Amino acid sequence: MSDAIGYILIALGVLFNIFGCIGLVRFPDVYNRLQASTKCVTLGTVLLLVGVAVANGTGAMAAKAIICAVFVLVTSPTAAHAIAKGAYASGVPLWEGTIVDKYAEQAKPQKP
Amino acid sequence: MQVFMQVSYIGLCACCFMCLYRIGRGPSAPDRTVAIDILGVIVIGFCGLLALTTGQDFYLNVALAWALLSFIGTIALAKFLEGRSFDE
Repeated sequence: MSDAIGYILIALGVLFNIFGCIGLVRFPDVYNRLQASTKCVTLGTVLLLVGVAVANGTGAMAAKAIICAVFVLVTSPTAAHAIAKGAYASGVPLWEGTIVDKYAEQAKPQKP
Repeated sequence: MQVFMQVSYIGLCACCFMCLYRIGRGPSAPDRTVAIDILGVIVIGFCGLLALTTGQDFYLNVALAWALLSFIGTIALAKFLEGRSFDE
């Protein structure tokens, strides 16, 4: 029973990883690519590691998989946030279909 | 169950090749940084799957160390993109 749940979680994780990577290839802009790929791949990898823990089920290996999942869940959004700030500061242009830029509107009144 | 594992490995390999395409093709430096970060996270999942298939739990130690190094490298690249020095 727990084997079946674990394998279902692993299949969901691999599917989320594939969708995130398709977003990484297909989207037109750095920010769109970040938005698509980071969240999908984080959730997919966490699901995959939890599935490994559930399917194995014994002792040290499950504990290590859970620790790894928590670490990925904490660090991956932080890294994505840092990359987004760095990309904006290094002057990468937004996609021409973009209709609003909240970050520039917020940053402007502080400058003078 | 053998077939399921093979399909999972093929899916993760496809993810890795899509990330490599974006690393090679990406028009700007932040694109490549995003792809490197995503590639690191996918390799962590790959190590977890290898640990389940082979039954050896040192692959999860590899995954944990890979997560640490990938996070630190991504933060360093992001600070470099932002135009600040590393000790700031």
